[in-house]
Amino acid sequence: MNMITKGLVGLRDWVDDRFPLMQLWNDHMGQYYAPKNFNFWYYFGVLSLVVLVIQLVTGIWLVMNYKPDANLAFGSVEYIMRDVSWGWLIRYLHSTGASAFFVVVYLHMFRGLLYGSYKKPRELIWILGMFIYLSLMAEAFFGYLLPWGQMSYWGAQVIISLFGAIPWVGDTLSLWIRGDYVVSDITLNRFFSFHVIALPFAIVGLVVLHIIALHEVGSNNPDGVEIKKNKGPDGKPLDGIPFHPYYTVKDSVGVIVFLILFAAVVFFAPEMGGYFLEHNNFVPADPLKTPEHIAPVWFFPPFYSVLRANTGDFFGGPGKLCGVIFMGLATMLFFALPWLDRSPVKSIRYRGTLYKSALTIFVVSFLILGYLGLLPPTPGRTAVAQVCTILYFLFFFLMPIYTKLDKTKPVPERVTG
Amino acid sequence: MNKLITALVLWAAASLVFAAGGHGPEKLDANVNLGNKTSLQRGARLFVNYCLSCHSAQYMRYNRMATDLGLSEDVVKANLMFASDKVGDTMTIAMKPEDAEQWFGVAPPDLSVIARSRGADWLYSFLNGFYLDEKRPTGVNNLYFPDTAMPHVLAELQGLQVKHEADAHGDGHGGHGGPVLELESPGKLSPGEYRQATRDLVAFLVYMGEPAKLVRYRIGFWVIAFLLVLLVAAYLMKREYWKDVH
Repeated sequence: MNMITKGLVGLRDWVDDRFPLMQLWNDHMGQYYAPKNFNFWYYFGVLSLVVLVIQLVTGIWLVMNYKPDANLAFGSVEYIMRDVSWGWLIRYLHSTGASAFFVVVYLHMFRGLLYGSYKKPRELIWILGMFIYLSLMAEAFFGYLLPWGQMSYWGAQVIISLFGAIPWVGDTLSLWIRGDYVVSDITLNRFFSFHVIALPFAIVGLVVLHIIALHEVGSNNPDGVEIKKNKGPDGKPLDGIPFHPYYTVKDSVGVIVFLILFAAVVFFAPEMGGYFLEHNNFVPADPLKTPEHIAPVWFFPPFYSVLRANTGDFFGGPGKLCGVIFMGLATMLFFALPWLDRSPVKSIRYRGTLYKSALTIFVVSFLILGYLGLLPPTPGRTAVAQVCTILYFLFFFLMPIYTKLDKTKPVPERVTG
Repeated sequence: MNKLITALVLWAAASLVFAAGGHGPEKLDANVNLGNKTSLQRGARLFVNYCLSCHSAQYMRYNRMATDLGLSEDVVKANLMFASDKVGDTMTIAMKPEDAEQWFGVAPPDLSVIARSRGADWLYSFLNGFYLDEKRPTGVNNLYFPDTAMPHVLAELQGLQVKHEADAHGDGHGGHGGPVLELESPGKLSPGEYRQATRDLVAFLVYMGEPAKLVRYRIGFWVIAFLLVLLVAAYLMKREYWKDVH
């Protein structure tokens, strides 16, 4: 052992006497036993973490040159794009990162639906995850105002006006959120504050809780078998392998593949045909000129579609209020998933046709709603959106019934690889 | 099987949605080449001569343009700077927006990022889409931007076009059934030269919308090449470690 190693080990032991360094390492990495049969779908957790870091780091550098001022914001973004060294790269990493975050988080959540990762004993992990998802939506919404383009401005205007649909307090509430009668410099300033301080803080905190809760109960796997039920004489799960080095090396491969795709977008298609950076957002915000067609950024549309599907005659009652309620419900219902699902098995591998069909219909409805949310409404599209909205909600409302009736297959004792 | 049927039904519903959309005449293909420096330089010359008195480009600096287009600052100063004398300045104009609104009815938009909001094809079509129209105060209208407030600034180069409705003109020119523009009085340039000139101008506008575009493809290539090498190394390491997992 040479001098440097000796020194480092000494330092580690010095810290360890005063701080549970090795214990933390072992609990979360070195002796955290993860099922050995993780498949493709299990990359998206670590990828979410990677994107979070990308967003935090690029965000720090963007704030160095961005000006949260209605007169300067648009210009300061162009200043970053042109005059700041590598500013264009930092900005594209951040704008692409925002979309990538939703891609990986949606896939991560879908993994939960596939393998029943929300079921007992992982209800709390799922709920914390849902809070992360909601914070992420808020974070993206606040951040989208900052470039102060036409879409930033009118998107924010539309979303905030939704609160106006709430009876009695609606108008006061939206006034309170904006801090002004229209979206203005005051709104921009508070959104900036939420975007760079409040929500990142909340998200990082929730991510830590999400991981602590996960490592307490242990990871689920594609078979939905609890690996802690089968321990060897040494007390270690027979189907488990230490997270480090096995999954650190495996995840590195996944992370690099992801980074290749990510870099392809950042360098070759940062606008992604107008979906990641909308064309109209290169026109400075103009409070006097409403764009013909206001579409939210691509990751909101499924819910935006649900909102618009509620025309006055859909469920009866005032259309806008119903829309807001249903939109809220569409996101909140995920929280109830652990208790709506009555199936004795976790993984889709051992579920019957009923759940498989229900999940397929749900995913397809979600995608169609998302697509429709990007387009201007027509009577035909609204009708399709209404059908999809009903199917979306039926997935949740009928879940206690079809998961109970479903013919499940026997679950093996050990993971099947 | 049920799964398949439901998927098909939903897919059919979705394709109904896809079917709608599209309006206005089909845009022309700008087909710009940012790798062609001389095209960009010609575009810059047209831009400062014809656009930069009414339109500003307030985020574009003269010296940045000089560097990116391979021109010396002296050349830029002597040939391309009429509105300012400091090479580090951005391309602003003397006309006040309030005055412009009085004269034209609308303040001419800043053109720094116009290529990003409108797209190259739209700009190219617009510059080729002017035709005579007595009803307009400017004497011209535009096929791609009906009732535009902008006069045909490039008329001395292009000449003036007239619009024929689709079927009045049977030479197969307008295969899509849309209206057809025909040159009535020629300008200084031939139709081919004018198309090239507007292509150069649009190329310059695309460059100006995002100067980083000139380098980001090249950098992106090397970043991805590096990541691919790293991927091989990471994969080999993973395979080595996972040998003992059964």
